[in-house]
Amino acid sequence: MKRGQKGGDDAEEGPGAPELCKRLRQDDSEDGAVDWRLLPEEILLQIFQYLPLLDRAFASQVCRGWNQTFHTPELWRCFEFELNQPASSYLKATHPDLIKQIIKRHSNHLQYVSFKVDSSTESAEAACDILSQLVNCSLKTLGLISTARPSFMELPKSHFISALTVVFVNSKSLSSLKIDDTPVDDPSLKVLVANNSDTLKLLKMSSCPHVSPAGILCVADQCHGLRELALNYHLLSDELLLALSSERHVHLEHLRIDVVSENPGQQFHSIKKSSWDAMVRHSPKFNLVMYFFLYENEFGPFFGDEVPVTHLYFGRSVSKEVLGRVGLTCPRLVELVVCANGLRPLDEELIRIAERCRQLSAIGLGECEVSCSAFVEFVKMCGGRLTQLSIMEEVLVPDSKYGPDDIHWEVSKHLGRVWFPDMMPTW
Amino acid sequence: MFFLKGDSVNMAPNSIHWFRKGLRLHDNPALQEAVRGADTVRCVYFLDPWFAGSSNLGVHRWRFLLQCLDDLDSNLRKLNSRLFVIRGQPANVFPRLFKEWKISRLTFEYDSEPFGKERDAAIKKLAMEAGVEVIVKISHTLYNLDKITELNGGQPPLTYKRFQTLISRMDPPEMPVETLSNTIMGCCVTPVSEDHGDKYGVPSLEELGFDIEGLPSAVWPGGETEALTRIERHLERKAWVANFERPRMNANSLLASPTGLSPYLRFGCLSCRLFYFKLTDLYRKVKKNNTPPLSLYGQLLWREFFYTAATTNPRFDKMEGNPICVRIPWDKNPEALAKWAEAKTGFPWIDAIMTQLRQEGWIHHLARHAVACFLTRGDLWISWEEGMKVFEELLLDADWSVNAGSWMWLSCSSFFQQFFHCYCPVGFGRRTDPNGDFIRRYLPILRGFPAKYIYDPWNAPDSVQAAAKCIIGVHYPKPMVNHAEASRLNIERMKQIYQQLSRYRGLGKNFTIFFCHAVFFPLACFPGYHHMPDTGHSSGLYRCNVSHDMAGPQHSGNRHRNVYCMLHEYHTVNITYSLYIPIYNILCGVQQATCCTQEEVLQVRGSESRNEILTVKMTLSPPLTSYNGKLQRSRRFMLPVGTSRVW
Repeated sequence: MKRGQKGGDDAEEGPGAPELCKRLRQDDSEDGAVDWRLLPEEILLQIFQYLPLLDRAFASQVCRGWNQTFHTPELWRCFEFELNQPASSYLKATHPDLIKQIIKRHSNHLQYVSFKVDSSTESAEAACDILSQLVNCSLKTLGLISTARPSFMELPKSHFISALTVVFVNSKSLSSLKIDDTPVDDPSLKVLVANNSDTLKLLKMSSCPHVSPAGILCVADQCHGLRELALNYHLLSDELLLALSSERHVHLEHLRIDVVSENPGQQFHSIKKSSWDAMVRHSPKFNLVMYFFLYENEFGPFFGDEVPVTHLYFGRSVSKEVLGRVGLTCPRLVELVVCANGLRPLDEELIRIAERCRQLSAIGLGECEVSCSAFVEFVKMCGGRLTQLSIMEEVLVPDSKYGPDDIHWEVSKHLGRVWFPDMMPTW
Repeated sequence: MFFLKGDSVNMAPNSIHWFRKGLRLHDNPALQEAVRGADTVRCVYFLDPWFAGSSNLGVHRWRFLLQCLDDLDSNLRKLNSRLFVIRGQPANVFPRLFKEWKISRLTFEYDSEPFGKERDAAIKKLAMEAGVEVIVKISHTLYNLDKITELNGGQPPLTYKRFQTLISRMDPPEMPVETLSNTIMGCCVTPVSEDHGDKYGVPSLEELGFDIEGLPSAVWPGGETEALTRIERHLERKAWVANFERPRMNANSLLASPTGLSPYLRFGCLSCRLFYFKLTDLYRKVKKNNTPPLSLYGQLLWREFFYTAATTNPRFDKMEGNPICVRIPWDKNPEALAKWAEAKTGFPWIDAIMTQLRQEGWIHHLARHAVACFLTRGDLWISWEEGMKVFEELLLDADWSVNAGSWMWLSCSSFFQQFFHCYCPVGFGRRTDPNGDFIRRYLPILRGFPAKYIYDPWNAPDSVQAAAKCIIGVHYPKPMVNHAEASRLNIERMKQIYQQLSRYRGLGKNFTIFFCHAVFFPLACFPGYHHMPDTGHSSGLYRCNVSHDMAGPQHSGNRHRNVYCMLHEYHTVNITYSLYIPIYNILCGVQQATCCTQEEVLQVRGSESRNEILTVKMTLSPPLTSYNGKLQRSRRFMLPVGTSRVW
């Protein structure tokens, strides 16, 4: 168990703490020994908040008073269930007895709950069992996290859905929901909307294959407080963007799109420039984070028109040509990672990006090639605003102007701080 | 006048030199100590035949070892000596040998690895009880590793950059000592009995229980003689190219090269110091007496780096209980692991590399990156410990420290990485060897595929598969994972783990999306860690992490405090101190921090204690004005005594 969440509790601390300490001190018996029974509950509670669960449990056995404090609702607001099987994980699981006790005594106190589940179906099932018992609680955040393979996907859909809807129905004030890689579907999202539309602020549901564009559109239409959204590209539509930029909708802060190709030659739809424009008008500061995991020949529909993308991650090889288009179409770009590229150096592309993307502040290059002089030019153009510059050593191709030894001086000079390329061990 | 051997008080000692690594006669200081002024010397090597069969070293590693021993024996013969291969465990056999051979001196090369240190301590104790003098010499590494740790304030450095900085502050490594020769042997002799071969001969692979039928001849023949031939060739080629940069990767570099040295360095058939000084000489000759850059010694320094990181960490090869390893919820999946280890992943690039590893015992370091990434954070999400064990069995140059360290590195479990980047099991190979010859060589079944499809044969149309006489799914497996999907999942997972780590460390709130923030060393590296409240000085971003070592080593009246200050760039950092140190002598002080890379350790040392509360305000400020284009070496700062002093 991790340390309890302290966020939000600070305000309740009150001015009494130093006062209480003084009282404790005054109450000291003559011989100077402290009588621990007099330790005020408020202070004990403070201490407990910093202790891991196991230590708290030990402490709770000291006396009746401490045991009472142990069961204080405040200490049970936040809980992380770790569900692992010895056959599929190296990590320990939350003890079943503890789970039972929580459900029995503290389920109505739970507010911030996450489930960490290993790759086994049993663990995902166990998580659903717990979920379906959370009938008398009102959760604010719920996270279903697959720590290895996406094991929720292996459950019978109906089983998963019925457990999840228990939470949706009973918690009337869910604000954050993280259900990536799960078999959640359109009808269950409807239940979510029906019960939590006023409070929902964050929804992460990357790779949920049973949700349709219409399903997510329903969420965007009804939940006007939604600020953060993560989903796969196939759920993204012009309608969705328009719904998110409607007048009644709060400003969006964060939109994350994963573009993953399931099979080669897959066709991707494109999004109208007008829809993106509407989005930017409505939420001028929003982050658009896009992860691409595509084959080189699948980039056709992307970067034709201007896109308000701020963070770009190319997880597979991306062509020189596409990167050239990035320079032309992404004026809001802040961070760029290129994991791999073909065999030709990316010189002009980088320089164009430096020229056009005036907010670029972080760049990472993996298996790419850039000539040293082009790289120096790039850094010179961007200057000190590059707060993150991680370039694998092999990326920089020495040329007549700069060798591998002088490049870091040159780059450091332009950055105004000492810089070195990233290195991988030579074995 | 003459005296009887063994009867005199002034008798010359009888020595044993114990070979473990360091299987060589050149640059072997411990061996020289054995011979110096000695009457007799016996060079021993311990082999446990029972252990041989059950150990997890593969046949290639055993063959390499036996060849090294053979070579050692024949080189010793030239000096009228022999190698004694002793069957059994050192702790059981040494007491008998001490008695039987009337031994009074035992010498061996220093072993920096925790297991070796423990074993050697036990033997030392045994020897002392038997009245045997023990002499240990460092010659497997360039430096005394403890010195590096000491210079870093008692903690091994956790970034390679930091390691390089420390090294550049140290004296250069010691020169290699002379090769053992008849002159050095002097009157020292080795008593050899008639039945030496039967009793102490180097065993064959069959005797150790290996089936050698169909075993191809060794691509990497073991032994010092071979190593010395190779280093000459290695340097000749370097001199020929006259280029000391890291060679750029191409299709050819994937194949075993007759100038490769790594297995020889691993077994100590080649002295790293000899290699170091030969490189230096050559560089000076070619580059007209310029001082060689550290990068010249890259291969040697990486090895040194991992040895340093491992020497005080007995759990260096584990995730659990290893203070420098991040706990990652790896999947346990024996079937997937077996597919990887047996070259049946369905990705030709991965399978060809694993086949080469199994057949020859060596693969290129970028090939290691490729398969290690595939097994761990890239695709299969299987623990690096499992991969490390497979390498230990198959890889000739796998050394406990270097193997575990590299695996931790490549799986993003430790050390420092900026962003998560996976090697693509299709694209990476294609970039390196566009034609696919490497794959055809090691996976003949795919020989018929055209270059276009050889890295992803499952995408080849049926007609192409038929023409290649290889149907995917029948003659060669289909890919075991969807790489795009797997890498999406895994990158997300890694990010989650590291974000959580940073959050616990109070780095919180302002994340870049794709990059890992300054620190993500596991907590245990920072004793007494507590997170600092936001100072508001760092332009709203919270990018530094300061901890102090409350339990620092306390020498009498001399306290050391380490301030670990991790900075990402120039920021104002407040270190608020409430310690009892009066005189502040900041070693590697400000200028070090202003020239900071990723990690800096400032050592605060006081020489007497007085109760004071002191605030050290440290402003690490910048750049262009004070930047004169050169890294300054450490300077000492003396801070006056006083309370609430602002520096």
